[in-house]
Amino acid sequence: MALWRLGGFADDGFARLADADALPSDGAVIVSLGRWLSERETLTARPAPVGVAVEAGADAQAHLADLAGRPLIALAFAKFADGRAFSYARLLRDRHGFRGELRATGDVLIDEIPLMLRCGFDAFEVENGPTLAALEAGRLPGPAIHYQPASGAVAETSPGPRPWLRASAAEDRPLSRPRGPSADC
Amino acid sequence: MYHYDDFDQAFVDARVAQFRDQVDRRLAGDLTEEQFRPHRLMNGLYLQLHAYMLRVAIPYGTLDARQMRKLAEIARVYDRGYGHFTTRQNIQYNWPALKDTPDILAELASVEMHAIQTSGNCIRNVTADHFAGVAHDEIADPRPYAEILRQWSSLHPEFSFLPRKFKIAVNGATHDRAVIQAHDIGLQVVRNEGGEIGFAVYVGGGLGRTPFVGRKVRAFLPERDLLGYVEAILRVYNLEGRRDNKYKARIKILMHEKTLETLKGEIEAEFEARDRALLDLPPEEVARVAAFFAPPALELKKPVSDRVERRRDKDARFASFLAANVTPHKAPGHVVVTVSLKPIGAPPGDCSADQMDAVADLAEDYSHGEIRVSHEQNLILPHVALGDLPAVYDRLASVGLATPNAGQISDIIACPGLDYCALATARSIPVAERIAQKFGDGAKARAIGPLKVKISGCINACGHHHVGHIGILGLERAGEETYQITLGGSGDENAAIGQIVGPGFSYENVVEAVETIVETYMGLRADASETFLDAFRRVGLAPFKEALYERSAGSDI
Ligand code: SF4
Repeated sequence: MALWRLGGFADDGFARLADADALPSDGAVIVSLGRWLSERETLTARPAPVGVAVEAGADAQAHLADLAGRPLIALAFAKFADGRAFSYARLLRDRHGFRGELRATGDVLIDEIPLMLRCGFDAFEVENGPTLAALEAGRLPGPAIHYQPASGAVAETSPGPRPWLRASAAEDRPLSRPRGPSADC
Repeated sequence: MYHYDDFDQAFVDARVAQFRDQVDRRLAGDLTEEQFRPHRLMNGLYLQLHAYMLRVAIPYGTLDARQMRKLAEIARVYDRGYGHFTTRQNIQYNWPALKDTPDILAELASVEMHAIQTSGNCIRNVTADHFAGVAHDEIADPRPYAEILRQWSSLHPEFSFLPRKFKIAVNGATHDRAVIQAHDIGLQVVRNEGGEIGFAVYVGGGLGRTPFVGRKVRAFLPERDLLGYVEAILRVYNLEGRRDNKYKARIKILMHEKTLETLKGEIEAEFEARDRALLDLPPEEVARVAAFFAPPALELKKPVSDRVERRRDKDARFASFLAANVTPHKAPGHVVVTVSLKPIGAPPGDCSADQMDAVADLAEDYSHGEIRVSHEQNLILPHVALGDLPAVYDRLASVGLATPNAGQISDIIACPGLDYCALATARSIPVAERIAQKFGDGAKARAIGPLKVKISGCINACGHHHVGHIGILGLERAGEETYQITLGGSGDENAAIGQIVGPGFSYENVVEAVETIVETYMGLRADASETFLDAFRRVGLAPFKEALYERSAGSDI
């Protein structure tokens, strides 16, 4: 498994803590949503960063506002694409002002990464071989121009004339940029 | 009609390139079928009973001659020489090879067409009134709004993995020809007291195994708020729609389980919380898109044509065609011609490549290059000068497209059924063919008047039987096909789900049962102007039940 962010593969500064594991006194950790809810006081008092992981299929909607203060939130994708996490991402970024790392975990595949990026995810735990290979080659598939605004947390330009059009920043899409209007036309 | 600019063209080209790469990876084994599935569906590619099926979008049912010729070419080169027009303003090809599909999509992109989101759990091809821009009763052309929605919904990053498919329809006239109340979102263009354009918004309509008529969540949504409000509906649905059971996953079930008031409250709260700057529609932008749909400049003509009158007097079949397939145009001296794809005894909606070419030629010669596709699986030449009708009719007749039965009992909607569909429990096309043969397209059918018969081959209801004046649902009981009949369904502004008349009929007897129903109607109607639907609404099920089950005629039991 590797952690990928825009710009390349990166070190994961966070350690995944199982619910049964003792809480280490230092070092950044990720705990489950259940543990966060039951041990919130201890976890908030801890000086080192604590991120929260939401498992695939969990109904996280009620907890989004609460989680928005965390430095990291990991949302897991189940095998059969459960699209709720795309809306969680938009709500976290655009409604609750979450500015920490939003990490996609679970079934993260190359064809969905561009959509996840546009919803506000900025880190991806990748296991799938072809996905790793494509990311290593700097290849993000799909159009780099879009028919609707993305999350406000995503840097995109507005190529006009229709106000809802967007274009990904050029450096996000090293190889797959199609012909199209430039940002200033 | 709408034309792609550089942005639109770059988008579909990039999408084709992406799909080509996905197909390559699938063929190389880098993508499993399970991983490939959502991507091929998002590009209109289904796995059917015999082969792949490619479903191509004809957004809001408008296309031009050049596009129709391309559809014909694809049918010839990549399929078996024909295509099938569906109930959602799409065309399906039943025999493409997987390896060819990227090339087919590239061919489509070369004429500003695509297959994006014609299947899968995403926002589907947005449909609209097929008489848009030509109808007398139009408040405003629905197509600019449908086009704006098409754009906004294309590869929407948040709504590409919904609980289930999501269908939007827009109607701009007072008469609903787009069946908007059978859609997840139905938008009816309205004007408020101040004369401003907006929408009545219906949510939660849908057929399938649990049919519901859409409920009104807003009586007047200002034009400016169109995208913001639709996005709010989609977000509530994406977050709360059921994912545990695909038969309970549509928004109609959410509406049913939550109640109208609760769901409406959630949609309004989500709408209130939106970022207004992002999705508000500026009027200049709507005007810019609307300008694409401005009607062609039509020469003013006399509202009566001697040539047409003379031909009507001496040619009964032409007279039938005038009565059934020709509708007044809002410009005097012009008409809208419905080209029936329901020849007696053939599968509804099928069209050969040669016929497509012939329609393209006719559109160029007589209809300002424009063609429409209706959800009733017919084609339309929207701008024909009255005096050209004899010539148009003769050319249609020469390619087998002059069946004079639009809106009549033999203009049947039928899904593919057991002949093509893996999910079917009974045949539907042969039942449609037998009914059409029974009543024909002549005097008998004319005497019956407007009557919509709709047939589905299983409870998924792709043939829209719930909203047929006579609906027929093919089921399987103990290894035998059995057909359940519903009466009084309607897909217009007075939408209603048909009522089950009683126990089902066998494959052999179902046509006779329809005949009994029709005879009963003919016997009890007030006069020839009382349509089947009006008569049914007056008398209810009882007389039909009695005729079917208490006398022996047509009954199985
Ligand atoms: S109604 Fe059933 S048989 Fe007919 S096309 Fe739909 S799924 Fe197939």
